[in-house]
Amino acid sequence: MAIGVTNAPERIRSSGSIINDPQVRGIFYQALTVIILSVLIYWIVDNTVENLRRANIASGYGFLNSRAGFDVGQSLIAFSSDSSYGRALLVGFVNTLLVAVTGIITATVIGFIIGIGRLSHNWIIAKLSLAYVEVFRNIPPLLVIFFWYSGVLSILPQAREALALPFDVYLSNRGVAFPRPIAGEGAGYTLLALLIAIAASFIVARYARQRQMATGQRFPLLWTVLGLVIGLPLVTFLATGAPLSFDVPVAGKFNLTGGSVVGPEFISLFLALSFYTAAFIAEIVRAGIRGVSKGQTEAAHALGIRPALTTRLVIVPQAMRIIIPPLTSQYLNLTKNSSLAVAVGYADLVAVGGTILNQTGQSIEVVSIWLIVYLSLSLATALFMNWYNARMALVER
Amino acid sequence: MGIGANAASAATLDDVKAKGFVQCGVNTGLAGFAAPDAAGNWSGFDVDYCKAIAAAIFGDATKVKYTPTSAKERFPALQSGEVDVLARNTTWTINRDTALGFNFRPVNYYDGQGFMVRKGLDVKSALELSGAAVCVQTGTTTELNLADYFKANNLQYNPVVFEKLEEVNAAYDAGRCDVYTTDQSGLYSLRLTLSNPDDHIILPEIISKEPLGPAVRQGDDQWFDIVTWVHYALVQAEEFGITQANVEEMKKSANPDVQRFLGVEADSKIGTDLGLTNEWAVNVVKAVGNYGEIFDRNIGAGSPLKIERGLNALWTKGGLQYAIPVR
Repeated sequence: MAIGVTNAPERIRSSGSIINDPQVRGIFYQALTVIILSVLIYWIVDNTVENLRRANIASGYGFLNSRAGFDVGQSLIAFSSDSSYGRALLVGFVNTLLVAVTGIITATVIGFIIGIGRLSHNWIIAKLSLAYVEVFRNIPPLLVIFFWYSGVLSILPQAREALALPFDVYLSNRGVAFPRPIAGEGAGYTLLALLIAIAASFIVARYARQRQMATGQRFPLLWTVLGLVIGLPLVTFLATGAPLSFDVPVAGKFNLTGGSVVGPEFISLFLALSFYTAAFIAEIVRAGIRGVSKGQTEAAHALGIRPALTTRLVIVPQAMRIIIPPLTSQYLNLTKNSSLAVAVGYADLVAVGGTILNQTGQSIEVVSIWLIVYLSLSLATALFMNWYNARMALVER
Repeated sequence: MGIGANAASAATLDDVKAKGFVQCGVNTGLAGFAAPDAAGNWSGFDVDYCKAIAAAIFGDATKVKYTPTSAKERFPALQSGEVDVLARNTTWTINRDTALGFNFRPVNYYDGQGFMVRKGLDVKSALELSGAAVCVQTGTTTELNLADYFKANNLQYNPVVFEKLEEVNAAYDAGRCDVYTTDQSGLYSLRLTLSNPDDHIILPEIISKEPLGPAVRQGDDQWFDIVTWVHYALVQAEEFGITQANVEEMKKSANPDVQRFLGVEADSKIGTDLGLTNEWAVNVVKAVGNYGEIFDRNIGAGSPLKIERGLNALWTKGGLQYAIPVR
């Protein structure tokens, strides 16, 4: 057999017996693996069902339609104790999504700033960035959450002595309260104007690009877009008679009432996840920029391209190809780490699911929902990032 | 063991005897009910029930191992067989008795849900709590009662929920919420752990019935009987006036009821029918005292909590504790 392996072309013929046929063997081992796996899964499922039946534990997903009976502190969608367990899970899912999306955006911004900062020729900026990365990368994320929750937010003043900031914003250990805009009649036109402005911006950008390609002339794109996106809605807003009022927070008996409040649970989780993940993103960005050969910069300079444009048009597009794949896994990490919310009582999917698990005793069902939701969320993120990566990848001609 | 429908179920008593100890699910730390000291020794009202069960089986109250469980962990721990009995101020409800697959019988503590607030807020009644932030432990009947009570009285509130009791404590102490709600016994216990216990008052309203008691898995009647009768033995001992100190002496009592209870009656089957020795009630009382002694030592007059007997007094003294006849 040893001879057969080393002597590849003659392998099949020299073995003679069907037992030694590598192709047959390959199929045999794969079939064996599948069978063992199937038996194992069957055994686990059968065992679970049998034990649930024996312990008289009700099973199935029917409980999702029952009345939840509990309230959730933070919810973006309407929820009361009369809503169903299914809706409660949806509230948790939306909260998870909220902290993941805002966290990813902030972490990316901070990460890029710090990552570029580490490459700065300015000694202080470079060292501060280094210190940031080393500190946040080497602390468990749970501690960062506790740092924000117990160390910073809980020592703010009580709600009744809240710090008053400009524009009726109040800061207390109950979170940040700010005026809530209330749209009046005709406010929809302003929104419409904004959408039109954004669509127009894309068209202008496309035109500007084509014109530059054709004639080499540059177009003041930034100012045009800013003018469109700010100006058009503003004019519409004023023309429709400024249909907007504010619900301002005022001190009540216990809390500030009115306005919108972002609780310390969300703030601490959001800040911790952003700061923690940003440290890793900074390193990825630094590696990506370093990964672009120095010859590229020199070639760009030799062509007479200015340094700022060199970074934007030559370095960054190439660096992105190195940055995106590891960036994807950081995004996935951030999403998964958001389940640490349970430590500070933020009503994310795990926290709400835990409550439901306890009220109904449907452990297996709730855990399976958790697994499926996180898996889908991660796969969706990965899918998007893979698509983006494919778009950014070097197209060889 | 091989009889009828229960053949498939593990005989918990045999398992417990084989491994040599009772695995008891308790609270992670609720002063007076179940809390470890600096040396890791557990004590408290619920812990004494664990000890009593061990004493009934082994004649030795030390043969217990404790599994601290949060409100969320307790049910899976019992369902999966990780613990043999859950003695963790757990409210008996129909849902838990049926859909969750547990069995409850004796109520060892009649409790009700209450509210605690800071004195400085000048609140006299729970009906004045509209708009307050309320700290509550997740996955408890407390959380459900809270929602129902505020809804029924048309009050607004903002729930601040945590998984662990310690986290709820810390949040309330730090002023994250205005109100702390849980079983009233728990409030008395928790108030002691706050940085300034005297700054807090417990409001008079009791908004729910919380019958607390030990829970076991369904499908093992013998084990269920043992846990049940340990409680009734403790109450019965108090009714008879049998205490930790005089239990040996009481064996010589002329009262036939007492003799039967203590297993000294001729040809007694008082323990063997349970799968225990006839001395089991003696061992229980010797180990932890009677119900009244357990109450006083851990949460009553003899403890820092100073909770009144109230509903938990004997039925002869206006309470609800009533022992089923041991005969």
